[in-house]
Order: sequence, then structure tokens, then C-alpha cells
Amino acid sequence: MNTDIYSESPVVHQPAFIDGHSVEIPILKILKQDGSIYENATMPEIDQALATKTYKTLAFHRVLDERMVAAQRQGRISFYMAALGEEAASVGGAAGLKDQDMIMAQYREQGALMFRGFSLENFMNQMFSNEKDLGKGRQMPIHYGSNELNYMTISSPLGTQIPQAAGYAYGQKMQGLDAVTICYFGEGAASEGDFHAGLNMAAVHQSPVIFFCRNNGYAISTPSDEQYVGNGIASRGVGYGMKTLRIDGNDILAVIAAVQLAREYAVKEGKPVLIEAMSYRLGAHSTSDDPSGYRTREEEAKWQEHDPILRMKNWMLAQGWWDEAQETALFEKLRDDVLAAVKVSEKIDKPPVEDLITDVYDQAPPLLQSQFEQLKEHIKKYPDAYPFTAGRIK
Amino acid sequence: MAQMNLLQAINNALDTVMAENDRAVCFGEDVGHFGGVFRATSGLQEKYGKNRCFNTPLVEQGVIGFANGLAAQGSTPIAEIQFADYIFPAFDQIVNESAKFRYRSGNEFDVGKLTIRTPYGGGIAGGLYHSQSPEAYFAHTPGLKLVVPRNPYQAKGLLLASIRDDNPVIFFEPKRLYRASVGEVPEEDYQLPLGKAEVVQQGSDITLLAWGAQMEIVEKAAELASADGISCEIIDLRTILPWDIETVANSVMKTGRFVVSQEAPLTAGFASEIAATIQQECFLHLEAPIARVCGMDTPYPLALEKEYVADHLKIYEAIKNSMTY
Repeated sequence: MNTDIYSESPVVHQPAFIDGHSVEIPILKILKQDGSIYENATMPEIDQALATKTYKTLAFHRVLDERMVAAQRQGRISFYMAALGEEAASVGGAAGLKDQDMIMAQYREQGALMFRGFSLENFMNQMFSNEKDLGKGRQMPIHYGSNELNYMTISSPLGTQIPQAAGYAYGQKMQGLDAVTICYFGEGAASEGDFHAGLNMAAVHQSPVIFFCRNNGYAISTPSDEQYVGNGIASRGVGYGMKTLRIDGNDILAVIAAVQLAREYAVKEGKPVLIEAMSYRLGAHSTSDDPSGYRTREEEAKWQEHDPILRMKNWMLAQGWWDEAQETALFEKLRDDVLAAVKVSEKIDKPPVEDLITDVYDQAPPLLQSQFEQLKEHIKKYPDAYPFTAGRIK
Repeated sequence: MAQMNLLQAINNALDTVMAENDRAVCFGEDVGHFGGVFRATSGLQEKYGKNRCFNTPLVEQGVIGFANGLAAQGSTPIAEIQFADYIFPAFDQIVNESAKFRYRSGNEFDVGKLTIRTPYGGGIAGGLYHSQSPEAYFAHTPGLKLVVPRNPYQAKGLLLASIRDDNPVIFFEPKRLYRASVGEVPEEDYQLPLGKAEVVQQGSDITLLAWGAQMEIVEKAAELASADGISCEIIDLRTILPWDIETVANSVMKTGRFVVSQEAPLTAGFASEIAATIQQECFLHLEAPIARVCGMDTPYPLALEKEYVADHLKIYEAIKNSMTY
């Protein structure tokens, strides 16, 4: 009940505004760019095994992005979305969770899926829309999903996963599971109605969900100062009565620490948390746009200096958990593996024509079945026009 | 058997499901302690607790987004949208999310356990925003099932089937009949099939098709026609998506004449889809053009509601025109 606001608010007798920026929100930083730790910083729970896995995932992420942007330029795949410069947000998020936690991502969080162990082949098969794609070749590249790995299939409409995460986490809590849902979105998607709906639903119904905003400065070409004028996205968490945390999104240790803390709170208290990770999208929005049309090289160069992967590498070197020989070998192997996987996946057949009508419903209704029979007859009549499927019609 | 009105039949179905399935959850605006503005969820919070029957904030896209997430998680959400007129803020969650969840993931995930209940239709002096019949918007979306009951017996059996069906279902409740329609309803569990129309009256001269609250209007028109010696076959479509072409086409092939009636405006309504399919299936059997008797192509009126609606007299005229074509 919030009716106490009437009787418990401080009373004034002159009309005066409170300022729209009056909530001061600090930013958590643990790791410096040179690999050293800030004085008095509280470290996340991280040992050599977790650190190594996290670093290798970051490396895989960067190599896959680099190679697949090139593959798109060569016309081998239709589309790609890289996460250059903000890989720590998704990889660190997964590193701070447990495997049973659900990940509901926007579309630039392939790093979390990599951390969970989605194979290179699975990534490739999705991007090449072939018959081995778990999504049956139905969605554009990067719309991954895996039930086994608790990674909800990506949906293009922005922000729709936010109220869904509130519901998913409510179900986890009702079942008494030791599990939470993390919900990723960008600062642009936070303008959608679903953001406000989802945060309020989660706060009111006490869903154990970690809302994780990647504030990377741009929604396609629109800079964040044309997206909102308040104190970032974090101030809204306060407005919805939610525990809120702002972090340096390029600081992998800050990301892991924040998510570990949020997870512990969400499970124990059964309530949501909002994390705003400040970062920068160093690459294009997707392979369909060119950032030189809407921002300067100088701005990009400034953010190059905050590279989250180099920052973690510096820390790993300082810890004695990594060396340059390992670095060279890892990146060489990753590049070779990705190139080899491209060559395999691009030759795998398209999905069978039956996949046109499956999964619309649990069973295809009679009208859809009859449309399918008509289609098969049509393809048989004009087989040259439908080369992927004509030879496989039963 | 017990005498129940349509609301009581719905409440009874919800009670049945919540008793058997502890992951069934009912929620929506004012759905909790108050039991919904029409009282369809009356007593459920007292019986099953606040975690399983609760009020939500006033945000339809949030209600359905939350429901989609719960269904994907494996719970059985039964979400109420207070009036079908207010379902549109949730249009994206229904059309882009609920309907495509299974397909887009290659069956890795689905929201088959989702049911959306919403009162629809006119006749309650509700004006523009408490009277609409928006089924056609959703009928254009593969992946959804749309169900409309005509009386308390149908309401319980179809709602139980909708909740247990492994696809997202929008269950449109004819609010004009909530208390007006009373009938015998078994207290035990039963289901009526989805995707199956029902021939409610056999006849030989003309086929009349409708669904939901429009059924009793059609039945009234058929009585007038009967006095003129016209034998009407009356069919309740019951499920709008996916619809039972076979039952309707078989009837029209027998009678050779066809009138379809809906509350919603004429243009691009579901009656138009039915008319197109039936002329294709029954072309050589038709003795007269197919007639659609529908609401006019205006927003739903208030003072002039009586003139606007597809009433029994307009249907009666359509029957006579067809017979004398």
C-alpha cells in the first residue's frame, strides 16, 4: 500500500519543484584499464577457472563478430549484429549467474549464449538458416535460442521480452526454484511501453528478475541524449521502487559483481533489480548501417581506449593467469575454427518444405494442411523455380 | 446439473482448472479480491490465494507480456482483459509474441498454455469503447485460436478446452449474455471441441451462421422465417480460428443458400472470410448470393445502437431476399 505517501511525506508550504536529476546515482568501477584494481574495491567471486572461461568467451565473441561481419560483406550471410566494445555486458552477465537462470536477451547478447556453451556449429547453422538451425531457418541471423541452455529465442520487436521476463520470473518463484531471469535491453528499447509495463509488473508482483540495461549510447543512429533527458535508465528503477545499480559496462569485474549481488538479492528477497551498464557500441548497429553518417571518428577513438577485452586481458596477465603465447594461440585457433565452420554450415541444405507449416500450432489445422498440399503440387509443376525444395518433396 | 448464468459457468470452469492445476494463475485488472468488474473471477482469490489470483497494474501490454512469460515458463496463465475494446495496447504482445512464440523458436519454446479471456460485444449501452467485437484483427494472425461461446453450457466446456489446449487462445465472452443467458450446466468437468462448429438446428432451405451473442439474434430471425414456412439450418461457429469449413460447407451444399451474421462492422470482418471460402467450396450449389448481415462501417454508436446493430429483422430480410432471389 502506498497511501502513506499522503501522511508520511515531508510537508512544505511554498510551491517548489524537486529537480528531475535530484537522484544521484554512482557508477561501480572495480577494474582499471591497465588491469589493476581500484583501491578498496570489492571483488566479485571469481577464481582462475571462471576468469579463464570468461576471457575465452570474450575472445570467441570478438572473433566471431569480426568474421561474420566479413562474411556478410562477402554476401555469405544476409545480416549480422556485432557487439564490438560492449562484450563484457553480456558475457559478464552470464558469468554472474547460474546455468538454471533464464536469459531473455534483446539481440546483442550472443556473448551470454556463448558463455552457456552454445556451439560454434549452432551459431553458424542459425546464421545460415540451414536445416540444422534449432530455429528451423525461420528468423534472420543472430536470432538464437536454446531451451537446453535456458536462453529464450530472440524476437525482433524491441522490449517485448521485458514484461515477459517479469512473468517468467514470477513462475520460477511460484515453483520455489533457485532460479532468476535476467532480461537484457538497450537504452533505446527502454523508451518502449513494454519497458515501463515490465518494470512496474515485476516490482508490483515481486518477480525475481534482473533487468540489465546495456546503455551503449546509440539506438541505430539516435544518440542517447535524444532518447531521454533524465538521469539515464537507472533513475527509472528508483521510480518503480526497485533496487538499482549503475556500473561501468566495460569493466567485466563490475558486471560480474553486480549480477552476483543482484542474483543473491532476487533469489533471497524474491524481488527485481535494475542494472544500468554504461558502455559504447563501437561497431555499427548492424551490417545495414554505417556509423560514419552519425558520429565522429574522435568519439569512437575515445571509446577504443576503454576496450573491455583488453582490460580483462591486462588483469589476467597481472594475475599470472594468462600470457601472450596463450593469447596468440587462442585467437589463431578461434579464427581458423570460425572460417572452417562457415565453410561447413553454408553447404548444409535449407530446411525441408514441411517446416513451413510446423509449429504455427501444435498441430497444423486442416486448412493449413490443404494449403500445404496445394503448395507441393505447385512446386512439382514448376520445380525449376523452387530448387531448394523441389527435389525433396514427398 | 445446475442452473448457471454465463458468468457462473465461466467462474466454475476457472475453479475447476485452478483446483486441478496448481500452476494455473488468473490475473488482470480488478480480477483479485473484487473478482473482476463482471465478477467472473469471484471467490478465486479467497480459495487459491493472492499468488494465484491477483490484480495487476492498469497496463494491458504488461498483463499479456507477463502472461506470455509465465506460459513460456510452463505455468498456465489465464489473463483477463477487462473489455475487448481495451485489448489493443496488448496487440503487439499477442500478434508478434503469443502467436509466433513456437514458430519463431522452432518449437524450442511456446506459450501454448496461455488463455486470454475478454468480454466483447454490444447491446449494453456501452458506446464506442465498451461494445466492440475485434475478433477479425486476431483472425488475421496464424498461431492464435479464437473461441466464442453462445451460452453457459458452451462457455464452461469451451473455456476448459481453451485453457487445456496447447496453443494460445483468445476466449471472447459475450458480455451481454453474462447474466441474461441462464441454462443447465454440469457441475463436473467436461470439454467441448475447439475448431468444431455445431449445427444447433437442422433445416433444409437456408443456412444461417453466427457465433457468440449473435446466435440468439439469428435464432429469433429463424423463428420469423419459420412462420413464413422457411426451414433454416442454424450453425454456431464456436471457434473462429481455425474455423470449421467442412461443417459450414456441407450445410450450404445441402440448402443452397447462406446468410452469415456478425456484430462487428461489415468490411473485412470474419464474415467476409467465411463468405469467400463458402462461395469457393459451394459455388455450383448456391441458389443466391451469400449475404453478410453485420454492423455498419462506423464506430459502435450509443444513442442509435438499435438502428446500427445486425438485429433479427435485418437477418429476417436477408433470409427472405435470399429465398426470393
